[in-house]
Amino acid sequence: MSSELSKPSRSFATTGRSRKGEPLVWLTAAGLTLGVAMALGLFLLILIKGGASFWPRKIDVMEVTRNGGSEIIAGYVTQEKERKDPDGTFHKEIQVFRGNRDLSPEAFVYIDEKDIQSVSNPESLLLVERLEYGPAIVEPVALEADGKRIEASSGEFRSVLKAQLDSAKKIRADLLEIERKKIGKISRELEALGRAERSGSVPATEAAARRAELQKDFEKLQAQAAVIREKLAGSQFFGRSADGREVTFPIGNLLGVFASNEANFFERVGEMLHRMTSFLTEDPREANTEGGVFPAIFGTVTMTLVMSLFVTPFGVIAAIYLREYAKQGMLVKIVRISVNNLAGVPSIVFGVFGLAFFVYFVGGGIDQWLFADKLPTPTYGTPGILWASLTLSLLTLPVVIVATEEALSAVPRGVREAALACGASKWQAIQRVVLPASLPGILTGVILAMARGAGEVAPLMLVGVVKLAPSLPIDDIAPFVHPERKFMHLGFHIYDLGFQSPDAEAAKPVVYATALLLIVVVVALNLAAIIIRNRLKKRFAVSSF
Amino acid sequence: MSLSSSNTIASDASDFIRVDDFSFYYGAKQAIFNVDMAIPANQVTALIGPSGCGKSTLLRNLNRMNDLVEGVHHEGDIRIGGTSLYDPSVEVISLRKRVGMVFQKYNPFAKSIYENVIFSLRVAGRSKKSELDETVERSLRASALWDEVKDRLHDSAFGLSGGQQQRLCIARAIANQPEILLMDEPCAALDPVATLRIEELILKLKEQFTIVIVTHNMEQATRCSDRTAFLYMGKLVEYDRTMQIFENPSKPETEAYISGRFS
Repeated sequence: MSSELSKPSRSFATTGRSRKGEPLVWLTAAGLTLGVAMALGLFLLILIKGGASFWPRKIDVMEVTRNGGSEIIAGYVTQEKERKDPDGTFHKEIQVFRGNRDLSPEAFVYIDEKDIQSVSNPESLLLVERLEYGPAIVEPVALEADGKRIEASSGEFRSVLKAQLDSAKKIRADLLEIERKKIGKISRELEALGRAERSGSVPATEAAARRAELQKDFEKLQAQAAVIREKLAGSQFFGRSADGREVTFPIGNLLGVFASNEANFFERVGEMLHRMTSFLTEDPREANTEGGVFPAIFGTVTMTLVMSLFVTPFGVIAAIYLREYAKQGMLVKIVRISVNNLAGVPSIVFGVFGLAFFVYFVGGGIDQWLFADKLPTPTYGTPGILWASLTLSLLTLPVVIVATEEALSAVPRGVREAALACGASKWQAIQRVVLPASLPGILTGVILAMARGAGEVAPLMLVGVVKLAPSLPIDDIAPFVHPERKFMHLGFHIYDLGFQSPDAEAAKPVVYATALLLIVVVVALNLAAIIIRNRLKKRFAVSSF
Repeated sequence: MSLSSSNTIASDASDFIRVDDFSFYYGAKQAIFNVDMAIPANQVTALIGPSGCGKSTLLRNLNRMNDLVEGVHHEGDIRIGGTSLYDPSVEVISLRKRVGMVFQKYNPFAKSIYENVIFSLRVAGRSKKSELDETVERSLRASALWDEVKDRLHDSAFGLSGGQQQRLCIARAIANQPEILLMDEPCAALDPVATLRIEELILKLKEQFTIVIVTHNMEQATRCSDRTAFLYMGKLVEYDRTMQIFENPSKPETEAYISGRFS
């Protein structure tokens, strides 16, 4: 008893035992930290790798002795790594991009650091961007424009070159206008004429006359195009590669030049911005490894928006019936479980379904019904952006239904009763009071669906995505919106570049840059939706009590 | 249980609302047992009783709000102005246009003050601007809110204080000019000052409407009701003039309840 009393009475201060839960708090914190670190690491990797691919690097001219010979290699270092030889020794190895694929097939070479005898950075070297064969690294010698030869040593060389490049750009645009639009229009008319003739709505004589007319127009345009093309071939650029070979490029094939070793920091930043802009706004070239990704951005955004246009009303209506009207019994329970399970079905399965149902069944039906004159060439009975959007809206439907159901059930009962007590019918109460109040929750579902849909690739490969789409799904050719067209998608673009490209090394920077872009596009779409939701929240917020 | 014998108030509409041998069941559970009541027009009738005694259930049957609950059924009848609520020709929606309701927790819609008031007109498909404007002003004046909100009619209703929101709900309930106003503990979520304002309002509104109010507050019942019904365990124990009930209750249960011996 006395010993008991002499013990110091236990205070209320936290002691070891009462903090039993603390390690678990640490565990949760550690879990979150790990998650954030992983997400951040992924983003940083893509940001650095993708961003770095735009930065113009210095061109090294290296004298390399190996395999008993000596050679000169000019290029910029893209990677440095350690290589382990079979004998167990380590060698530092660098990967160099030397371009000039027309001169030697491998644009990338690996060099052991110990083989490099000397490195120099001659300021005169130019990085030349071309329409074909990727970039070239050359020493300028001279250029020939309008029959006049200007040596690289002369002061006006740079300005004349720049003027020539600018005019070549304009001429190429003219050529595109003629070839794609005007000639395209004629060939479309010819095609329509042929169909009309076959179906008998236009008499053969009339058709022949019109055809001759069109043919004349066509020849005129072709002649125009030939003249322009000649203009493009008129000017030449002469250069010398680092290993001394003479090269000649028609200036019409050149996109731009950059004196990488001469440029200061600000010129480099300018060049980087220029490269970024062309990446965002231009069409891809050379099996997608060069040029921009504009059609892929456009396709991704269009497909995602069209998908949300389909999935939102569909999902909301389904959820309203399920939550508000259906008798809550066994059947509804089964439906709800099925909807939830639909979210777990592998996306490629949706692709297969989309191909079978939308493309072959619905699309084939539309062709039979509306485009029978074009058969056997399918119009809608072939993968396209409409079917891709519909397939993805099916894929994301459960997300919207579940979110909408939650939002509807979160609307306080008092608000519904108030509406009914005012003489509203059940539908009026839902439409005027319940739906507005649950709109933020519904939009959260739409945001989730958009995020899921924008990142999905597998099903799209079956229902509409292609490696290279010649034209956008929305353009200036009547009827302006072409839901039957195939389209490009950033996600598929990444896959295509990374795994299907002829030169995986050359494509690597573009893969990272495209991945970065895909993230940016998804974030931008989500941000837009979140901003809309927050505005609605302010307008329709239900008082909290 | 029949009406108390002392219940002979001289009024030509002394049985405007007539509850006839009314029983009500939630599934198998009976909530109201054979209630008989005559509620006179243009008076305030208070329903009091401990929690779960069925007073809210009874109130919510007057505009058939309980129809929303699954598995309910009733016996007996309720008539308003001689017409049975359960007559097959009566449409619930038109009934609710004649019987407005104010709830325990103020529940304005996530709309502007203006749109809240005219909600019942909107759902009735009326959209004449002059009529709507006139309704808003009349209803807000009647609910003593006009002077406070006339300059911000198009602001969100959630910007108002709790008492103002409840008065807005009253304005909303009377906008379509119903004959009866049901109030289910309208002051339960309000502070004493706001409560007092609502009570003043109730006294004013009874000139136009027949008011049935459920309350837990004995003082409130004495202050603003003309008649009081005491319900206990789903049965109508006593129904009489308010003065009579509070000063000289005829049943021992009533006395026990109003003097606070059980609740």
